[in-house]
Amino acid sequence: MKQRVYYGALALLVLLGCLPFLDSSYALRIGTFACMYAIMSVSWTVIGGFTGYPSFATAAFFGLGAYCGGVLINKGWPLFAAAGAAGVVAFAGALALGLVLLRLRGHYFAIASLAVAEVLRELTNTATELTGGGMGLNIPVSVTGSSSVMGEASFFFWAMWALLLLTFIVVRLIQESKLGFGLVCIKQNESAADMIGVNATIYKSLAFAFSGVFVAMAGALYAAWVHYIEPPDVFDVLFAVKPIVMALLGGLGSPAGALLGAFAFLGIEEAVWRNYLQIHSGVLGLLVVVLLLFLPDGMMSISKRLSQLGGRRG
Amino acid sequence: MAEVLVLEKVSRRFGGVQALQGVSLSVGSGEVLGLIGPNGAGKTTLVNVVTGVRSASAGRVLFEGRNITRLQPFQTARIGLARTFQIVQPFPDLTVLDNVAAAALFSQRGTRLSEAREFAAEQLEFVGLGQFAAKSAHTLTLAMRKRLELAKAVAMKPKLLFLDEVNAGLNASEVDHAMVLIRQIAKRGITIVLIEHLMKVVLTVCSRIVVLQNGALIADGTPQDIVNDRRVVEAYLGKKYAQLSAARG
Amino acid sequence: MLILQILLNAIVLGSLYACIAAGFSLVWGVLNVINLMHGSFIVLGSYLAWGAYKALGVAPWTSLLIAAPVFFILGYGIQRGVLNRVIAAPVLVTLTLTFGLDLILNNAMLVAFKADYRQLVLDPSLGSLSVGSLVVPVDRIVAMIFSLLLTLALFFVLRRSRVGRAIVAVRMDRDAARLMGVDVPSIYATAFGLGTAMAGCAGVLLAMIFPISPIASGSYLGKAFVVCVLGGLGSVPGAVVGGLFLAIVESFGSLVLGPENAVTLSFGLLIVFLIVRPQGLLGKRGFE
Repeated sequence: MKQRVYYGALALLVLLGCLPFLDSSYALRIGTFACMYAIMSVSWTVIGGFTGYPSFATAAFFGLGAYCGGVLINKGWPLFAAAGAAGVVAFAGALALGLVLLRLRGHYFAIASLAVAEVLRELTNTATELTGGGMGLNIPVSVTGSSSVMGEASFFFWAMWALLLLTFIVVRLIQESKLGFGLVCIKQNESAADMIGVNATIYKSLAFAFSGVFVAMAGALYAAWVHYIEPPDVFDVLFAVKPIVMALLGGLGSPAGALLGAFAFLGIEEAVWRNYLQIHSGVLGLLVVVLLLFLPDGMMSISKRLSQLGGRRG
Repeated sequence: MAEVLVLEKVSRRFGGVQALQGVSLSVGSGEVLGLIGPNGAGKTTLVNVVTGVRSASAGRVLFEGRNITRLQPFQTARIGLARTFQIVQPFPDLTVLDNVAAAALFSQRGTRLSEAREFAAEQLEFVGLGQFAAKSAHTLTLAMRKRLELAKAVAMKPKLLFLDEVNAGLNASEVDHAMVLIRQIAKRGITIVLIEHLMKVVLTVCSRIVVLQNGALIADGTPQDIVNDRRVVEAYLGKKYAQLSAARG
Repeated sequence: MLILQILLNAIVLGSLYACIAAGFSLVWGVLNVINLMHGSFIVLGSYLAWGAYKALGVAPWTSLLIAAPVFFILGYGIQRGVLNRVIAAPVLVTLTLTFGLDLILNNAMLVAFKADYRQLVLDPSLGSLSVGSLVVPVDRIVAMIFSLLLTLALFFVLRRSRVGRAIVAVRMDRDAARLMGVDVPSIYATAFGLGTAMAGCAGVLLAMIFPISPIASGSYLGKAFVVCVLGGLGSVPGAVVGGLFLAIVESFGSLVLGPENAVTLSFGLLIVFLIVRPQGLLGKRGFE
């Protein structure tokens, strides 16, 4: 069952890679956003799903990555080097921060992780010389070398798509690894995990770092893609909450679920966005409320219930 | 007989309460030591201090000659100290097999998950939970959870094993079964410290018994010595009873 | 003299922070729910005061009498109808749920009132009070006095009233309270209602000083968070101490580091407190 969902999601992902052949700039834009959000929700699964720590730090990682990437590209770094550097900075930062923050649990951890984004945003706002502050940061350099609009759109789609593929595979490998097993033990009973030899502090920090590294790289790609970023845009609290909703939609704790949840969520959001621009965020809120009240285990719970009806052993 | 564990004047206070006061104790390799005492005597605190769950306020803990006073629980787990909990601590949504496999996997460096699962399956057979391997741990009854706790501890290939009230809440036949298991674990060469309320179990299984009262060690000897020790009888049954039985004796 | 003036301003601001945070802290402490709607409730309270003054000429301090029951009922209803269904769920679920509800409420206000700032201007103005070179506008003093009175009222409700004692009992030990015959769901709803009423009333008072916009809700919520953690969770005196402390740190921090760093400072303080002193300046360690 689990395996089937994984390979199904993987197949869908590969299929998505053919999107540029549709030759539609609208589809490419949506596709790029879908990949970006899926990177966030799949990454979040590592800390929120496997480990059970309610992290709201995704916005912090994304903004950090966007600004790292933007600043480095403006200094003349090639795109992929800048994205890689953003990933390294986020990984190291999350690892260090995690050693301290992950001593907190529940609401306290949630708030602290939320506060990280606030602090980073304000720091970015005030570090005017480096980041342009509240005026935002222009990234005028064309990193693709492609002169056509479609060429550039395809390039960024494929870059984001490839990063998603990488994220998905790495997160899946983590799930199957000793690290992933340890994280699940921590989620279920942290003191018992400690007693059997799991170094919970290091494991949790690694989970936090893995939940940030690809998001930061996505942020760097985003910065290069849109050519202009500003603090309230990239440190938006919605970047912290949407991945969680997507993961919840897909059924907590499964990277494949988070991937499908991201696509489903974005599909719904896009439909709402196009039809009800003014009440877009209200409808989004309604969606969240309905999801939490009536589908607590996400879309997976539907198929689970069906398979339970099918036979006892499910 | 080489000493596995040595406590040197170990103290621990919680606020104003002196939970352990200057406890010195040594446990020999291969020994089955009974640790008894009234409720609140500091038995579980002693286990917590040795395994690193609590830090000692004063004193030293040596394991195989190495000072482990400052180690964290995950570190003591990796050098060969294992324990069961008075209140069982399973990973509720993992399978019974994976509960034990986790213990085998994380307590030893360089173990592969497949090897850990294999070894775990053997330990489950050993405690008689083989047929429940694929069930979620939270579906087990209390008696079975106690055995799962035992399997987890054994799967860590410990040199020293603390068994904290493994028989509490079990019925007579379950207790008999647990006693057999404890003896078999001892036969593997694992040193055991048994914390136990049931005197029947302590007296039959242990070769030596120590008694804690109000955080201090008040007696140390063979089962025979202990049952005849006046202070122990006092601690357990009150002064009056001790005087009475002394007068009769 | 500048120092004294800043201190005076900080005390006025701190009293308002206390009022903002007291209800938030109550809900967090009793229900173990972080109510992300709190900021929007405050803004809604401001709109109520603005509308009442503009349309009917009702002064903000009189509007408190309307705001308190209206917001109590609103909060009570939301807790009973929606939140109560997931009250036992993990942190993530309750937190995300109140986020969703906040999106709805905030969007509704955006549609109804638009994003531009509105201002409640009292006419005639209450003027200002000056002692030596110290100057404080009277409307600020009025807002301060009422927010302290409201906070004090909440304190006495929790201390003295029957329902208040029940709320405190549930906060300390839910299961024991249940065994003693306390109707826990109704206490939850009452506590949430009180928290919402405090938010609405705080909004009414804030309308006298600050411009009103749905966009402001996030910053009010942020203040509530920080004050709550600084002062200690779930206690009214904690909210007062935390509010004053935050206002003083912000005011003097702005003086030394520049006003653009005030938010960084307060959130930095939040993180430090969470790690070093999670029980806050007053009070005991919270749940988890």
